[in-house]
Amino acid sequence: MSLLSILGVLSSAIFSGTSLLYTTLGEVIDERSGIVNLGLEGVLLVSAAAGFAVTSWSGNPFLGVFTALLAGGLMNLILGYLVIHRQANQLASGLALMFFGFGLSALIGKSYVGTKINALPRIPLPGLSGLPHLYTSLFSFDLLIYLSIPAAFLVSWLLFRTRWGLSLRAVGENAETAFASGRNPRLIRYQALFIGGLLAGLGAAHLSLAYTMTWTEYMTAGRGFIAVALVIFSKWHPVRAIAGALLFSGAVAFQLLLQSSGVQISPFLLDTIPYLITLLVLIAWGGTRKQSAPASLGRIYYGTE
Amino acid sequence: MSQIANPITRPVFFRYRIWDVVGRYLLMVLLALLLFGVILLISGKDPIQSYKDIFSSTLGSVYGFSEVLVAMIPMLITALAVALPSRVGLINVGGEGQLYIGAAFATWGALTFKDLPAWALLSLMVLLGMIGGAFWAFIPGYLKAIGLVNETITTLLLNSVAPKIIGFLIFGFWHSPMDTVKTANFVPAARLPAFLGTRVHLGLVIALALLLLFWLVMKYTRWGLEMRSIWGNPQAAKRNGIPINTYWITIMCLGGAIAGLAGMVQVSGFYGVLLLNFSMGLGFMGFLISWLAAGDPFGIFLMSFVVAMITTGGNLLQLTHDLPYAVINILLAFTLFVVLARPTLIKGKKA
Repeated sequence: MSLLSILGVLSSAIFSGTSLLYTTLGEVIDERSGIVNLGLEGVLLVSAAAGFAVTSWSGNPFLGVFTALLAGGLMNLILGYLVIHRQANQLASGLALMFFGFGLSALIGKSYVGTKINALPRIPLPGLSGLPHLYTSLFSFDLLIYLSIPAAFLVSWLLFRTRWGLSLRAVGENAETAFASGRNPRLIRYQALFIGGLLAGLGAAHLSLAYTMTWTEYMTAGRGFIAVALVIFSKWHPVRAIAGALLFSGAVAFQLLLQSSGVQISPFLLDTIPYLITLLVLIAWGGTRKQSAPASLGRIYYGTE
Repeated sequence: MSQIANPITRPVFFRYRIWDVVGRYLLMVLLALLLFGVILLISGKDPIQSYKDIFSSTLGSVYGFSEVLVAMIPMLITALAVALPSRVGLINVGGEGQLYIGAAFATWGALTFKDLPAWALLSLMVLLGMIGGAFWAFIPGYLKAIGLVNETITTLLLNSVAPKIIGFLIFGFWHSPMDTVKTANFVPAARLPAFLGTRVHLGLVIALALLLLFWLVMKYTRWGLEMRSIWGNPQAAKRNGIPINTYWITIMCLGGAIAGLAGMVQVSGFYGVLLLNFSMGLGFMGFLISWLAAGDPFGIFLMSFVVAMITTGGNLLQLTHDLPYAVINILLAFTLFVVLARPTLIKGKKA
């Protein structure tokens, strides 16, 4: 196996992991405020479809990214209305949102199946210009990839170093107490969901505008649920989410490597590795009683009248 | 996530007149139809004509009605697979995975013991399907009972693993000579018999019998009483000598077994073959239905019927109105949103 193929595998793993990192970061914010968003799959699909449609119509991928962002935020606000305002069950509302996303994205993307778009422009890694073109083309990434790791640190800063982040975590731990200390749990949860949705939208934009560059129904193929799992794997911490995304990308890369080297292992079995590792990690942490799940995750805040 | 709010409130349906409840649900469905009508208008379709078509294609003919019943069968069973564990405060989001594993076990039976007579083969497949589902639910049930990991998380994770195992089995061992995404067709003895020339199969009887059994057990037996007390306060139940860990594991496995049965019913009654990704969210649908019905058998029946009608109507939108099949999910989601957003419509039921 040549160096080129190894590098190729690495490059494609980075491409497939980026959308997952953004989505996981978004879900970290949602869950830190106490809301489980099981509808991520639907949010991603709608964002991806909307971003793709706008890019195809305007020819400008950045406009598409912006649309995807907005679509993600708005989708999450639907969930917000149900679980915050109407005090509906979070898991059920999330699943309903998922079905909504299936339908809406199919409707949006209907006339764009098979169309080609201007993908997000790629910028070669600096310092590699001396290498042959084959190599540089593997390592020219788009802006969203370059921004993904800084985004994780930015979210970490937001959550752990700002007043807003403190309020958000307070609401996630105990909304009643946060209310008593002068915070508005409902408003903060809406904000958290909106920002989480923006990040999911970025992930979706990367998926449809930079990675696959096409639109197909159900193109997210379970990424929403993987993100929910990775949030648990990363113990609700944005920086550890990088490790989670790497775990998934690594599994993808490993699978591609094995395939290209002719080893006969079913790709389906390799696909299960990230989930099984997450499960094992959970079991390993479970015994220590140091789970860092937000204490009121999934609970309904009824207000304190 | 150890403290996720229990989604199940006390069953209310039998305390009120049935038509009262039906009326409220109809009102909510009407609101959802209105919202979806706007979407249809925007995409340039005539909503009234579309609804007429959907209605006449589902309830307007015997065939249409039978198709609704066919779609309803797996929903009834997967909803029960969620409703039962919810009665002891367990949240089983893993119906999807349990259904796949149940289907895989049943398929193994169908492919291996081809020569058995129909009654023996079918009973064996039912048993295998239930064992498969129970096995897949045992993992989260056990981890919950020993206090390691919350069952919501584990069932979700295992959901994503199960379809991949199916893929592995189909691609690796079971695929038919012509096709790599499905097994060979089952022998006739491995198919649940259908009625009166329609596609309605024995699964409907199984599903309804299970629902009735569930209702009877919960209402009239000691187990039902003990389960209610665990749901109310696990610690108090434990002090009163109810073995809550045994209950948690057993009930979780039973829930899984029921979901596994749904998988068996789908491959044996509906498809007659094991397909890659055949479920398409049936397990999640069951979770939603069970939650919307507050775990109540009659409510499950009603909600399943409504949801089955919507999904069956979706075929028509695709065929005659040039919309993707998935678009019907919007109508489904609107219905769910409306029901989720108005939990106080039903008296005595809290969100």
